[in-house]
Amino acid sequence: MRRSFVNTESIVVLAGAIFLIVVLPCLNAFTAPQSWLHVSDFTINLYGKYLCYAMLAISVDLLWGYTGLLSLGQALFFSLGGYMMGMYLMRMIGSLGQYREPIPDFLVFLGWSNLPAIWKPFNSFAFAMMMAVLLPGGLAAVFGFLAFRSRIRGVYFAILTQALTYAACLLFFRNSLLMGGNNGFTDFKFIVGYNLNLSATQRGLYICSAVALLFVYLLCKWMTSTKFGKIQRAIRDSETRVLFSGYSTAHFKLFVFVLASLIASLGGVLYVPQVGIINPSEMAPDHSLEAVVWVAVGGRGTLIGPILGAILVNGLKSWATRAYPDMWLLFLGALFIFVTLFMPSGIIGLPGQVRALKKKIQDRGRPAPPSDLTGAAPLPQPVPANSAAAPGRNASKPG
Amino acid sequence: MKKHFLKATALVSVLGLALQVPAQDTVKVGVLHSLSGTMAISETSLRDMLLFAFDQINDSGGIQVGGKSYKIDPVVVDGASNWPLFAEKAKELLEQDHVAVVFGCWTSVSRKSVLPVFEKDNGLLFYPVQFEGEEQSRNVVYTAEAVNQQAIPAVDYLLDQGIKKFYLLGTDYVYPRTTNLILYKYLLLHGIAPADIGGGFVKNDSGQVISAGKYVPFSYTDFQQIVADIKQFAAGGDACVINTINGDSNVPFFKEIVAAGLTPDECPVVSFSLAEDELRSIPTKNLVGELGCWSYFMSLKTPENKDFLGKWNGWLKSENYPGVVKEHRVVDSPMELSYDGAYLWKEAVEKAGSFDVDAVRKALDSGDISFNGPSGKITVQPDQYTTKNVYIGTTLANGQFEIVKQFPQVVGQPWMLKSLDAQLQAKGM
Repeated sequence: MRRSFVNTESIVVLAGAIFLIVVLPCLNAFTAPQSWLHVSDFTINLYGKYLCYAMLAISVDLLWGYTGLLSLGQALFFSLGGYMMGMYLMRMIGSLGQYREPIPDFLVFLGWSNLPAIWKPFNSFAFAMMMAVLLPGGLAAVFGFLAFRSRIRGVYFAILTQALTYAACLLFFRNSLLMGGNNGFTDFKFIVGYNLNLSATQRGLYICSAVALLFVYLLCKWMTSTKFGKIQRAIRDSETRVLFSGYSTAHFKLFVFVLASLIASLGGVLYVPQVGIINPSEMAPDHSLEAVVWVAVGGRGTLIGPILGAILVNGLKSWATRAYPDMWLLFLGALFIFVTLFMPSGIIGLPGQVRALKKKIQDRGRPAPPSDLTGAAPLPQPVPANSAAAPGRNASKPG
Repeated sequence: MKKHFLKATALVSVLGLALQVPAQDTVKVGVLHSLSGTMAISETSLRDMLLFAFDQINDSGGIQVGGKSYKIDPVVVDGASNWPLFAEKAKELLEQDHVAVVFGCWTSVSRKSVLPVFEKDNGLLFYPVQFEGEEQSRNVVYTAEAVNQQAIPAVDYLLDQGIKKFYLLGTDYVYPRTTNLILYKYLLLHGIAPADIGGGFVKNDSGQVISAGKYVPFSYTDFQQIVADIKQFAAGGDACVINTINGDSNVPFFKEIVAAGLTPDECPVVSFSLAEDELRSIPTKNLVGELGCWSYFMSLKTPENKDFLGKWNGWLKSENYPGVVKEHRVVDSPMELSYDGAYLWKEAVEKAGSFDVDAVRKALDSGDISFNGPSGKITVQPDQYTTKNVYIGTTLANGQFEIVKQFPQVVGQPWMLKSLDAQLQAKGM
């Protein structure tokens, strides 16, 4: 059972990776725009965005699905990565802004005639990337240290993370922070010397996002299969028991929290040059909540689930805002309610649910069989029913 | 599930294609507004007005290009008050739907978000909502009021009324900050001393004022201290408040103003973000007698406006678009400017004899494209700003305005800050 599942998953991942990293870009680059095989620049760009969202979803899942820590502030780390990339991209505009001045437009409008000190090092791509690691990672480390040391968990942790992202959102709205205020950063022109308006550059960014996502996936896959991963899940299922077994759970949680923040930040770094804008509304709590929804729809406690969820929900949103501009929110809302009520383990858990249902129908009228819990049961349990993804799980629930 | 979804989409698109074949000549036009999220309350009205304008154009024979008549086929999308989504939808409209023109955006940030897309794909955007100027893209037609078509006429009017002290107050974002900085410079030029400009200043290292006025965050509610400040500032008389507060913060602000006993006679408040459509959703009793300044008021008593409102009400009764609210509707300046935009574009296309953006732009730049709309004549300038009438009104209890002053045919100016700096320098100030 377990072996066959792993094999299915590797085949799906391999096929998905080849499709996303090789086939789609080739169809975009080497087919004529009239051909039915052609993948437009618009689609490539759109998928690039979804893949970045998928990284955000994985970061939520690593915390929520694997460690039992529901973070409602992951979009903050995503945005911080995005802001660091944005600062670099703003410097690359040079004198091509609306005011034709060598400093970013919003600084001109705030009355600056030369570059503030915090902006100076962002001429360097390497520095910006370093900051995209240090700032979200550092913030996660400090916040996580304080939270986990005080044994804050469950709903209190969720509320605190939400408050953190809201506070950051209000801070970035302030013009005096010199981060562009409400408008944030936009009108980017170049990235490491390449013109962002060229479809080849956008294709390159898309491939980078797909490769980064594959890397994140493999890293998480490996990590969750090690002893570390087992402890991670043990913390999710019964933290007290792990504590009494002599493990310092706070350290484990802190490591996962920092790692998740870095994954989210990587998503943000690749997101900004593809969508062309970063502003404080990205940090608003509802964006983090949305990411949780993607994970729930896809199937938490798996790594394919969040990716599927992010792509599907955002694809649906892109499609519906065009096809049903007046009704799409109801649509999406209905989907979320349906998933919460009837698909507790998301899309990934659907085959298991169907199998269990079939079995139930077959067994009807027969004498009760000995209980068998290996097939996924459609019970509303908080952890996914795929026991292969969570070996050694016992019946206890995370706190 | 995905498979079925794909099948269903394929089926729908095949059906769609089959239905489209016998259609007559149409031209696709994009409508990009927020129909959900925080901005929906304002932007949905603009979508409704555009659908009305398109229906009106289609019913009166469509757009005449090259001896053929084209009907407008609107592609309505929802930007959902989500700025990256605005950019995505703009891209979709231009690259997938190949629309000839887009009418859309409300907030400055949404415009800034879609601007690179319009520049890259050489699209054309008609932007209808009062804004800070300081931008001039070849891909945008600014039917919106620039600062010198709203804030400056209002200040002129107040100076005329003998007001000598101005308190600047706004929400902390680019429009209020830019407007107030422009007003600060404008007031200096007109002999108002910095001490008589309230709200505070921020100076840079060389002592230059880089920000004027008092700013509050979005959705701020605690105006007690600020209004106490204003009361002190207004104590000597001849004072007014220039209000660029956005959205729902206005409710607690005006409540506090009334509680402090600041009457419109004593210290009038002129607001730039409150039009008839906003007054529908906030209690107006605290605003009676306060001032507004726009390039259109629903209460205009011209025959053109009466005719327009009659047709609009008739359309509301008969239309059957999903999501258009029929009851208690009003028209305000952003809506009227959206309507004007549709006709200005039609005029330009017909003059150019083509839907091609470059050809249309050339026609727009000629300076001959104008439209006699409900608010009077509106003309596209060669810099793609617009010349139009500006009106000052006092708020009535029913959420309408009584017009007290008209500034005919004010020319829109994109770069107010620079031009005021030059004037100040010339005067040695």
